[in-house]
Amino acid sequence: MDVLVCIKRVPAVGASIQLSADATAVDTRHLGFTIGPHEECAVEEAVRIADRTGGSAGVLTVGPPEADEQLRYAMSMGADHAVRVEAPVADPDPEVTAAAVVGALPDLRPYDLVLFGEASADAGHAQVGFRVAAALGRPVVGGVKGIEVDEGRVRLERHVPDGVEVHEAPLPAVAAVLEGLNLPRYPTIKGRLRAKKAPVRVLDGPAVTGGLRTLRLRHRPEARAETVVLGRGAAAAPAVADVLAELGMVR
Amino acid sequence: MTTFPDRAQVVVIGAGIVGNAVVHHLARLGWREILLVDKGPLPDPGGSTGHASNFIFPVDHSREITLLTGDSARQYAELGTLTTCGGIEVARTPERVQELDRRMSSATAWGIDAELISPAEVADKVPFLDPSPLLGAFWTPSVAVVDPLRAGELMRERATAAGALTVSALTEVLAVDTEDGRVRRVRTDRGDVETEYVVVACGVWSPRIAALAGATIPLTPAVHQMIDVGPIAELAETGREIAFPIIRDMDPFMYERQSGADLEIGSYAHRPILCDPDDIPSNAAAALSPTQLPFTADDFDPQMEAALELFAGILDRPDAGIRHAINGLLSLTPDGHPLLGETPEVAGLWSAAAVWIKEGPGVGRLIAEWMTAGVPEIDPHAADVARFAPHERTRRHVRARAAEGYNKTYGIIHPREQWSSDRGARRSPFSPREEALGAEFFEVAGWERPQWYRANEPLVAELGVEDRPHEWDARWWSPIINAEHLAMRRGVAMIDLSAFAQFDVSGPGALAYLQHLTVAQMDRPVGRVIYTPVLGPDGGFRSDLTVVRLGQSHFRVVTGGSDGARDLHWFTRHLPADGSVALADLTSAVCTLGVWGPRARDVLAAVTDDDVSDAAFRFGTARTVMVGSIPVLALRLSYVGELGWELHAPTECGLRLWDEIAAAGQEHGIVPAGIGVYGTTARIEKGYRLMGHELDGEHGPVEAGLALPGLKAADFVGKAAYTKAREGEPEATLCTLTLDASAHRRYPQGGEPVLTVDGARITDRRGRPSYVTSAGAAPSLGTHLLMAYLPPWHAVEGTGLLVEYLGERYPVTVARVGRMPLFDPDDARMR
Repeated sequence: MDVLVCIKRVPAVGASIQLSADATAVDTRHLGFTIGPHEECAVEEAVRIADRTGGSAGVLTVGPPEADEQLRYAMSMGADHAVRVEAPVADPDPEVTAAAVVGALPDLRPYDLVLFGEASADAGHAQVGFRVAAALGRPVVGGVKGIEVDEGRVRLERHVPDGVEVHEAPLPAVAAVLEGLNLPRYPTIKGRLRAKKAPVRVLDGPAVTGGLRTLRLRHRPEARAETVVLGRGAAAAPAVADVLAELGMVR
Repeated sequence: MTTFPDRAQVVVIGAGIVGNAVVHHLARLGWREILLVDKGPLPDPGGSTGHASNFIFPVDHSREITLLTGDSARQYAELGTLTTCGGIEVARTPERVQELDRRMSSATAWGIDAELISPAEVADKVPFLDPSPLLGAFWTPSVAVVDPLRAGELMRERATAAGALTVSALTEVLAVDTEDGRVRRVRTDRGDVETEYVVVACGVWSPRIAALAGATIPLTPAVHQMIDVGPIAELAETGREIAFPIIRDMDPFMYERQSGADLEIGSYAHRPILCDPDDIPSNAAAALSPTQLPFTADDFDPQMEAALELFAGILDRPDAGIRHAINGLLSLTPDGHPLLGETPEVAGLWSAAAVWIKEGPGVGRLIAEWMTAGVPEIDPHAADVARFAPHERTRRHVRARAAEGYNKTYGIIHPREQWSSDRGARRSPFSPREEALGAEFFEVAGWERPQWYRANEPLVAELGVEDRPHEWDARWWSPIINAEHLAMRRGVAMIDLSAFAQFDVSGPGALAYLQHLTVAQMDRPVGRVIYTPVLGPDGGFRSDLTVVRLGQSHFRVVTGGSDGARDLHWFTRHLPADGSVALADLTSAVCTLGVWGPRARDVLAAVTDDDVSDAAFRFGTARTVMVGSIPVLALRLSYVGELGWELHAPTECGLRLWDEIAAAGQEHGIVPAGIGVYGTTARIEKGYRLMGHELDGEHGPVEAGLALPGLKAADFVGKAAYTKAREGEPEATLCTLTLDASAHRRYPQGGEPVLTVDGARITDRRGRPSYVTSAGAAPSLGTHLLMAYLPPWHAVEGTGLLVEYLGERYPVTVARVGRMPLFDPDDARMR
């Protein structure tokens, strides 16, 4: 079974996020880049399904040449091929991104399952997967925390407060997955060395612009954490136990 | 939370291993009202201490670094924060096998248990290593891993328990106020504190903090990459942080160590990645910590390949993932040494920066001793923050040398190796002529000095000088040096000495001031040239230099180029506060040309109308002569053991001076000679001592054979210790050794251990080892000479000993005990 995972290059930020001078972007001068935790789980799941079924796990991003770094990271986790679609604008909005993905798919092998992270780690629009599914006219499920594939069908689980929703869909299908779906592996040394040499297929992006425009980013009002000293040494133990009970961590 | 004090005896900035060690030792030595501040949280404020690899390899070619490391290991062990695991440096190339031989010699010299072992023995100690790429290995059982964060906590606890320390974390230093060149106050976001002393122990941030006070701490933050790969069952099942020896895979510039269930791989091989202190993110903005920058994977790929070659058995497993990968920041300096001591720009502002984990506690003790007693037990000569010339403190120079030096971290560094980046900062006025003569330039304090001249190549055959057959012996060397030496002894040579640092001392207090700083009697007639040791408070060497009395209250101090900046700091700090002494640095104003050899007088007489006969111009005197139209201060003295003068001229007249001397010298067979002659061959034949080699803080004038006949009445720094040393028998005496004929054609270079004929290490009663302080050819004696301190039971002329050089032991003989030279023992030639 062939699975494609769509990932996004995002800055790896610390607790405090610096903005550019005009406050329209994150200041990334001193930051590294990564993919979000949802997407790491999606890559892990794709690699497992490919291993299990003897299929392939592809990874696709819409972005500049620098985003090859994230494609190679996914390949060092076990993805076996990578595609980068040139982004028509610097920071494509969900509409443009979805159009780029949809535009690229006919050039690629027919995938049985296309996975997205639930939402990107930076913008968090949570739209691209749904837009792609809608454009393709295929079934889509979001918030997925369990995937089982079978002959021509996929079972997708969502964890809801009172239990687990189970959706079944015919393939090909689209899913947006949540962190916790699995425990993603770390890249291996061999995987990294393989990924370094692996080709990245580059496709032209669509000539469209989306309707979303970033005016300004604002920090959310600072939530000041209150620090309470519960005690010192062994004397603090009962108070710690009380707090844990209050949080529902112990009964 | 404790209230922030408004006054402290000392403010230590930075709570990494160095800052914690400084406060601990200051408290132990009796200082109180110590304030330790850090911008970050405790126990890990976010600096390099928090992400370091934390291992200690005790053997270094540098004695100073080895002593600091040894002291640090003892302190970590005493704090219960040291785990001994052993360590192995492995060689993949023949060059590295030779370097490991040299490592072994250093281990022997410094008395550290170590052994050369075979690749099979490496595999015995580290069963998951594939030894097939290896040619040899150097095993040090005492290699250890330490916990510097825990050690720091314990040190703070001890200082706090002594009632000496206030700790203020999450406190940002905003300004450091100075008054009259002294530290007065530290301003922080939690309040201002009045203080006499500030210690900058801020690691990669040190330049920024020093700049607040107007001082420079010349280092640059630079990336050192490391990754953790795991889990690996063989490592996990040990149940320990480290149970296997650490491997230093020296040729690809990397190391591998167990870290719990993981194998940590670190690299010094990648391109230099420098950053600016101002660009380091804050604790809040950093993804991991301020000094753990985003990993740049491309830079590390070759190291992964190299790691697989040795550790494929455990690294090439699907479940062994790269769990942690960082571009960790560390501090690099222009010469690779730490930056310790009071900054020359601001009194009371101390630097304790560019220190590795393995040296941290030792540096803490050194700084504390230096601050409290005026001199530390371990001589900080090579680490003194005051050692740099002004251009060496600039961002451009620091970055150039740091970039060049980074890949030398695990490199094979020849003792005479020269830097290639940012050269040519200082050139003497003679340099156009020197370049035309094919000078091979070596650098000191940024000065380009000819080491030898290719134009003298024909002299090699003419004078029958032998080449050195072994590449290592001949590296950064030329037989032309020996030829220039013989040509000087035969006729006359001219030597560029413009790198000398020169200070003018004048004013009504000048004599008393110099008397206080020097061992020799300064109250000599005008025109006298006075050689003198300069001592620290404990009687060890601080410097040695020449003073010329130019007038009743006017002196010229001439000192070596490499120590000029340190000496200027020392002389500046001791200036009286009443303004009675003026100190001027004339280094750039004066150029110096040495003219020495049996025909030197003929040459000088030909260019001056002044009387330069022996009767008119005695040895040990100085006066102004006119060389053509150039006023020249001529000093009749010699470091090469020949008749002649140092000619000091205004820099702008230098080129003309060179041309006058060269033209007049032609008929006398004058040759230009390089520092290879001045600093090594001629010097060592005459048994002259060199600061930083024979002369150091561990030894005083009596042991060095430089005690003066009389003891002056005036008090001076180090007098009590010097007086005491004169009254007793020295524990060690500086001796000159000859390499026995059977050993010829191998040429030890300095730093090698001196052993008994049975191969036993030699130490004196104070535990100081005997090692080669200088080595060099003695072309006029037809031998190779070595200098070494020996205890009295070996310091006997005719005694046979051994020197270990690159894995072999060579017989040597004690040829001279004390200062009397082997060449021209009664100094007839220069007098």
